[in-house]
Amino acid sequence: MSDQLKVPTMEQFMAEGKQPEILFWVGSAGSFDDRAKKITKAFVKILNKANVDFAVLGTEESCTGDVAKRAGNEFLFQMQAVMNIELLNGYEIKKIVTCDPHSYNCLKNEYPGLGGTYEVIHHTQFIQELIKNGRLTIEGNAFNGKRITFHDPCYLGRANNEYDAPRALLNTIKADVVEMKRSKSTALCCGAGGAQMFKEPEKGDKDINVLRTEDALKTSPNIIATGCPYCNTMMTDGIKSKEKEESIKVKDIAELIAESENL
Amino acid sequence: MDYISNILFAILLIVGVGFFVKNIKRLSRNIKLGKDVKVDDNKSLRWKNMAKIALGQTKMVVRPVAGFLHIIVYAGFIIINIEVFEIIIDGLFGTHRVLSFLGSFYNVLIGSFEILALLVIVSVVIFWIRRNVIKIKRFVKPEMEGWPKNDGNLILYIELLLMTLFLVMNAADYQLQLLDTPHYTKAGAFPISQFITSIFGDMSVSSLIIIERATWWLHIAGILFFLNYLYYSKHLHILLAFPNTYYGSVKPKGQFTNLDAVTKEVKLMMDPNADPFAAPAEDAPIPEKFGASDVQDLNWVQLLNAYSCTECGRCTSSCPANLTGKKLSPRKIMMDTRDRLEEVGKNIDANNGVFKDDGKQLLGDYISSEELWACTSCNACVEECPISIDPLSIIIDMRRYLVMEQSAAPTELNNMMSNIENNGAPWPYNQMDRLNWVKE
Ligand code: SF4
Ligand code: SF4
Repeated sequence: MSDQLKVPTMEQFMAEGKQPEILFWVGSAGSFDDRAKKITKAFVKILNKANVDFAVLGTEESCTGDVAKRAGNEFLFQMQAVMNIELLNGYEIKKIVTCDPHSYNCLKNEYPGLGGTYEVIHHTQFIQELIKNGRLTIEGNAFNGKRITFHDPCYLGRANNEYDAPRALLNTIKADVVEMKRSKSTALCCGAGGAQMFKEPEKGDKDINVLRTEDALKTSPNIIATGCPYCNTMMTDGIKSKEKEESIKVKDIAELIAESENL
Repeated sequence: MDYISNILFAILLIVGVGFFVKNIKRLSRNIKLGKDVKVDDNKSLRWKNMAKIALGQTKMVVRPVAGFLHIIVYAGFIIINIEVFEIIIDGLFGTHRVLSFLGSFYNVLIGSFEILALLVIVSVVIFWIRRNVIKIKRFVKPEMEGWPKNDGNLILYIELLLMTLFLVMNAADYQLQLLDTPHYTKAGAFPISQFITSIFGDMSVSSLIIIERATWWLHIAGILFFLNYLYYSKHLHILLAFPNTYYGSVKPKGQFTNLDAVTKEVKLMMDPNADPFAAPAEDAPIPEKFGASDVQDLNWVQLLNAYSCTECGRCTSSCPANLTGKKLSPRKIMMDTRDRLEEVGKNIDANNGVFKDDGKQLLGDYISSEELWACTSCNACVEECPISIDPLSIIIDMRRYLVMEQSAAPTELNNMMSNIENNGAPWPYNQMDRLNWVKE
């Protein structure tokens, strides 16, 4: 079905002298990581279904610099930020949506100080908005009564206090939402943040993603839902290490919505 | 009453308060060793935070048992202060229970002090059991060995002693009142201490007076000692929790500071008119150090954080790195910062007000890079802290030093960063392939 994806770029909009309603910031993971690309596509299907007038930067997009900043390389971060801001401001972008809480946090909170002020929202918030405004209706029953536990991404939850949007979406697909003992503001990190995704962990007695997976397993879920491509990778690895990949799936909220509606 | 005791009391008071003032001065001097940051925004929100978090203890009750007990002890502490007011007047002017003219209200006051004192004793005992018998995990981490552990217990012993002295004092007083002893004004209600009067048996009036006086003196001396103990103890939080919650961050937790010094350089690099090979001007200021390797590189709010830390370990007990056996403990980050700051302060005192290089620094001598690299920047520690301390900001500032001043990032991170530099993604993919997913 991928040939049906409509993914216009900012360049095309510009050529036609138009502005999209919103810019979809795909992010590096969403563009290159095989697992994350599926999330990107699921989200685009939703955007297409709701006839959202969106654009991507395509080959003009570059890393937000977020991970460099968390690693301590403020210099590289600001170089990336200044470059991206020049591009975004050049296109007169006002509103940005992204599936990556790290990009979300960085664009929303750290770009303004460097001259890039936009309304930035996370894809779960945007989908919730679409439903609220009647632009997207959820009718599917595929997840009716399925036990789904949501793993809060640190950079969506604690970092920006968004706990409700993802859960509200799980309710719209009629899932049986089960909470882990550590959830919302006390959620345990998946282990990927702060540039850990790109390095081996320090010496310890366990991997963080395994500990977090154990938290999730205690809820006996059918599905572990996430809202971040990195969390997704970590939880997927955790489930594999417990040899549970046959019975328990790790899915992004966007994928669940898309599947529920057979997109 | 003879004047000797009044004079003695005045001396005790002056010495006690004098030392305290000296410590406070040292404290503020040390905090000011940090870099200046402007914190004059959002004033009303900050006052609100202080009222809610420090005064209202909203974050303490997240863990209900400890939170509830803490509120009792905290209320007891405030009440001691009302008591102290009367003690000071009595001590200086040789009066006895000077506030007793308040009549029945005075009885209510003294009565409720007694009930609180008993509740404090019970709470303190439970606290002691939690630390020493049940050995709750967060109290027995490696950074708690030695002084921090003793400090925690000592505080409990002092509180227990002060409360006991208060009750015994009241009991003796009550007994003396019953015996119509002159000078012992009939005032106060003694719902708790009346039950301990029996230990006095049929003691003579003069013995009772000795007991009453001794406990009275020990009580006030104990309070003055405690006041001066604060500076050396995690108990400093009873004062610093207030400014600390006021100056705590009001931004979203995910927002890290953008380093101004870097912004300046980046602007210069991006400026097409700037000559990158131009020699720096003669009078150019020494380029600012990026990040932090020692306490003076941190800002004063971070240093205030270090002095405020209660060493409760709530941060560490929720830290994913610590929970999985890594060396990192956010509490240790705060304790190390305070210890190093104290060391620097003493160095300055010993060298006539100037810091003499001691070949040591916070990075390496206190906090290892292994600890710093284990952090996932998840903000769990910041969320957990009952008094708005931000260990993460110190970790990031030290990482900044490691990366930008020393190029000492782990190899994999260096690879990731050169990928970003070269092709705009943390992986070695070509920027031109960014849209390939559409066709796949
Ligand atoms: S931010 Fe770092 S130090 Fe704080 S809890 Fe998370 S991993 Fe631990
Ligand atoms: S930083 Fe806060 S949570 Fe951590 S030990 Fe200190 S007071 Fe407790």
